[in-house]
Amino acid sequence: MPPRPNGPRLSMKESMKQLDKKTLFRLLSYMKPYRLHLVFVFICIAVSAFASVMSSLFLKSLIDDYISPLLLESNPNFSGLLYALLQMAVIYVIGAFSTLFYNRTMAVVSQGTLKKIRDEMFEHMQTLPIKFFDTHTHGDIMSFYTNDTDTLRQMISQSIPQTLSSIFTVVSVFCSMLTLSIWLTLFLIAFLFVMFKIVGKVTAKSGSYFVRQQQSLGNVNGYIEEMINGQKVIKVFCHEDKTKVEFDKRNDDLFTNASEANKFANILGPIMNALGYFLYVLIAVLGGGLALAGVPNLTLTGMGIMTLGGIASFLQLSRSFVMPISQVTQQISSIIMAMAGASRIFSLLDAESEKDEGYVTLVNAEKKNGVLTETDKHTGLWAWKHPHKDGTVTYTELTGHVELEDVDFGYTPEKTVLHDITLYAEPGQKVAFVGATGAGKTTITNLINRFYDISDGKIRYDGINITKIKKPDLRRSLGVVLQDVNLFTGTVMENIRYGKLDATDEECIAAAKLANADGFIRMLPQGYDTVLSGDGSGLSQGQRQLISIARAAVADPPVMILDEATSSIDTRTEAIVQSGMDALMKGRTVFVIAHRLSTVQNSDVIMVLDHGHIIERGSHRDLIAQKGTYYRLYTGAFELE
Amino acid sequence: MVKKLMESIREQKKNSILAMVTISGEVVFEVIIPLLMANLIDYGIDMGDMGYIVKMGIVLLLSALGQLFCGAISGKFAAIASSGFARNLRHDMFYKVQNYSFSNIDKFSTASIVTRLTTDVTNLQNTYQMIIRMAVRSPLMAIFSLVAAFGIDTKLSLIFLAIIPVLVLGLYFIMTRTHPIFERVFRTYDKLNSVVQENLHGIRVVKSFVREDYENKKFTAISENIYKDFKKAEQQLAWNAPLMQLCMYAAVLLLSWFGARTIVACGGDAATGLSTGELLSLLSYATQILMSLMGLSMIFVMLTMSRTSGERVVELLNETPDITTPENAVKSVPDGSIDFEHVQFSYRHGTEGKPVLSDINLHIPAGATVGVIGGTGSSKSSFVQLIPRLYDVDLGAVKVGGIDVRKYDLDTLRGDVAMVLQKNVLFSGTIKDNLRWGDENATDEEIRHACQLAQADDFIQTFPKGYDTYIEQGGTNVSGGQKQRLCIARALLKKPKILILDDSTSAVDTRTDALIRGAFAKEIPNTTKIIIAQRIASVQGADMILVLDDGKIVSCGTHNELMQTSPIYREVYESQTKGDPDNATAS
Repeated sequence: MPPRPNGPRLSMKESMKQLDKKTLFRLLSYMKPYRLHLVFVFICIAVSAFASVMSSLFLKSLIDDYISPLLLESNPNFSGLLYALLQMAVIYVIGAFSTLFYNRTMAVVSQGTLKKIRDEMFEHMQTLPIKFFDTHTHGDIMSFYTNDTDTLRQMISQSIPQTLSSIFTVVSVFCSMLTLSIWLTLFLIAFLFVMFKIVGKVTAKSGSYFVRQQQSLGNVNGYIEEMINGQKVIKVFCHEDKTKVEFDKRNDDLFTNASEANKFANILGPIMNALGYFLYVLIAVLGGGLALAGVPNLTLTGMGIMTLGGIASFLQLSRSFVMPISQVTQQISSIIMAMAGASRIFSLLDAESEKDEGYVTLVNAEKKNGVLTETDKHTGLWAWKHPHKDGTVTYTELTGHVELEDVDFGYTPEKTVLHDITLYAEPGQKVAFVGATGAGKTTITNLINRFYDISDGKIRYDGINITKIKKPDLRRSLGVVLQDVNLFTGTVMENIRYGKLDATDEECIAAAKLANADGFIRMLPQGYDTVLSGDGSGLSQGQRQLISIARAAVADPPVMILDEATSSIDTRTEAIVQSGMDALMKGRTVFVIAHRLSTVQNSDVIMVLDHGHIIERGSHRDLIAQKGTYYRLYTGAFELE
Repeated sequence: MVKKLMESIREQKKNSILAMVTISGEVVFEVIIPLLMANLIDYGIDMGDMGYIVKMGIVLLLSALGQLFCGAISGKFAAIASSGFARNLRHDMFYKVQNYSFSNIDKFSTASIVTRLTTDVTNLQNTYQMIIRMAVRSPLMAIFSLVAAFGIDTKLSLIFLAIIPVLVLGLYFIMTRTHPIFERVFRTYDKLNSVVQENLHGIRVVKSFVREDYENKKFTAISENIYKDFKKAEQQLAWNAPLMQLCMYAAVLLLSWFGARTIVACGGDAATGLSTGELLSLLSYATQILMSLMGLSMIFVMLTMSRTSGERVVELLNETPDITTPENAVKSVPDGSIDFEHVQFSYRHGTEGKPVLSDINLHIPAGATVGVIGGTGSSKSSFVQLIPRLYDVDLGAVKVGGIDVRKYDLDTLRGDVAMVLQKNVLFSGTIKDNLRWGDENATDEEIRHACQLAQADDFIQTFPKGYDTYIEQGGTNVSGGQKQRLCIARALLKKPKILILDDSTSAVDTRTDALIRGAFAKEIPNTTKIIIAQRIASVQGADMILVLDDGKIVSCGTHNELMQTSPIYREVYESQTKGDPDNATAS
């Protein structure tokens, strides 16, 4: 869709309308697979509406065509009436079944549509760049799946059929009215116009309060979330009372806005009712006046005189006309909310996916006579498959050679946090980053796996610019153990297997043994089958870390990134983990970020970072000999004792 | 459950009752108006009596105004009452949670407390509004209409008595069948939410392992379950409307048939039998009666849907805080000495399972610096959390200043025992706002001084806005080490008698760590300091170092003593200084 010219001609209100229309059509496009269902629903609603209109028309004919003539007969014969009633009974039964059918079909349509939207949201979310998750709160994203989807459910399963049914009723009643009197119908239209103006005023008012209500609700919910998350800190600082006061302030604010918003929404119903009665009286007076004055009556069937019976019928019909309209207005607030929800959901769906222009892929390879060839078998040997413009394909063995050349990076264009980073990691080398917090250590690792893209310079992996490598393949070749451990609901075994989905139980256990996690896992109530929930909340920080190391181990990647991985395991456990890790690191390129210099001493290269610059590099011995920052850092901890 | 929830109505009782009373007024007008309309037709239009039309029209208009007035007023009261109920409920829950102890908080997950306070309350608010409006309106409407109908013709009104039970039974049948499905759907919804939540938290893991498709499958499977169950439930509910229509149509047909016969039999004389106008009124009452029964059934659906919310809210409200200030509480802490006497502790009191801490006996004199070292799961954190009485012991006693912590006023105790938690949190607000948590009256100089001790002043000065720098929710715009130092400064501002650092410098580099400890020794010598650490260097200079293993103090002494007596300590020490023999001898 081409971008709309955003000229000043469009007023705020108009552009809102435009936006809503677009949102509505987009929402409807999700129902496309249910076209046939919808056609069926359409027909059923029409039949059902027809039956209810017939019902109100029947009352007129009951009196005019049956009861009044029968009254005049001395020997009343009810067989005609019986026949008419039976006829109506058939129509009624058909009507009721149509109602059943459309309700049941709508259940399929609405739930199916919601499922489609839900699945698409989640699927799209998986493609979003890390930046999206770093810049949106989890609460905000969660509400796409909860509140916003819920408003859509309301609208699709209730508001839409209600509105459709009302439209059918209104149209058929309108046609019937035209056959009675065009003058009165015109009057009714004029009145409706006034009615809509009033309704528009009230809804606009309530709409603005609803917006405020949503704002205060967000405000209160945000506060709740933050405070409950920090509840233990609140306890430790005895800050309960102050938190309560602040909470009450926001809560009262929400109360004010919520009661205003709901007040207007609640008043709408009675207003519509009252207007309906006003209309009734006006038509009675006007119609009566016209009839008594003998004004010629124009109907669809031709000119005639205004009969009193006709006016009575018209009055009845006017009730059937106003009722569905007022029912639709009751739906307005839920439609407004749903549209707001839909546009939020679409904003998620429109968030730009991670771009992947890579074309170099990772394939299983085998070496025949010193030449790399692609194979389907899992050989343990991997190669980068590099198709060239001239149609030829070359294979490069995956060794884990990583090089950064003059890399600049900033999370925002205005602020560069890494400057001129150049470094080489030969296959199997261990590169450690040290430096004060905030020096940019974690940032570097975000760049190698392309969670963020660099602003300048080059990163090469086995000599290939990483922008040419397909992201999934690049990431598959990199193992990561992060500072914040995240486990998933499921058994311990499943969590380890997350690293390699087709790993056998034995492979998982072997990985756990390597990470030194096997011991404590066996102590758990159900061993490897113990179900972890709530991010492994039953485990200690260290135990969770051990599982995440096992998870990385089972993936068996040529390059590992350990981001402060060992900092919350106690030194005793760490020593044992370290020996496991050393075994795991063998033959792999490893990037380590750690605070304890003891864990980086055996690195091949240590990079000392300061304010985004590498200020020193070399082995532990070299750096100690240099007596620079590293030396001060290293000895600093001890000299104060 | 209902009783507990009703406690939160409080001052909204008046508004709620007013809403119900005024809505009854609306109902009365709504029952009268069809009669007036029938009269307008019967005697005005049909007779061609313009005067009557105008007269009746005015009465009708007045009634309409009356209905508008009652309806609007009732709508207003209902809006205020339901919003007020929600406010009170949120207030009660939030206050309750504020009184929770750590073990209460542990019992509910953070996410679940938040959902209860947000989504569940909104559900209950809607239900409450529905109840005070519909629950009065519908039965009243049914009763008034029924009375009016009986007033017109007793015999014909018996038709209603035949049809109402059919409708009620039918609705009951539908409800009992849909209820369990709805309950299941809501449980599945929880599962869906937890998948999304875990995915959000672990998005870096998902992306690193390229598990997007795997996650999609997991999500789609649950999404499919919701689709199936919800579809099934809605399809069951779909019987509601046609059932209602069938009953109504049956009533119309029966009324028409018997009504016509009655009218014809009596010659349309209202005095002896039934007039046509009266028949029309009966028919419109039929609609009103059945519609209101339908409304009642919708209330049941709402109640079904919000029952789970109600249960979840009440569960939170009924949780009794297990740590409270005792009567005649001690209001001041004499000094910073700490005693553990035969302490045994477990997180789930009374239930079987190994205690987390057992037989801890210890005296820490005021002003001492105590280091705590121990492996993962050795209960270091549990040990220190007993001091500010964040948890209660199972057996034995913990004493601060020689007095059992259970005898203190909680605010007094925790005001003098400052603790920097392992999992710490900063709140949205400026750095100053955050630091003032420690002491809300702290001057700028005091704040600066505390930050200097915690080695936070330097980096704060580098921020363009210095101490007025805004901290984002969760402290995402400061690094882990900066956050830890801010948290220490915040604790220092309390000017506590006891300061506990639970692995609070793990993300701070070694040099800064040493500077912090140096500042403590110089500036707050009289404060008892308990430092849990992984690095031996962090505790090496302490007056006393405790080595915890498996919930027991296995060794206790100074660095030099422990190097001699504790193999665990020596092992840890050597592992941390290996590869640098010069240093090992230097200390």
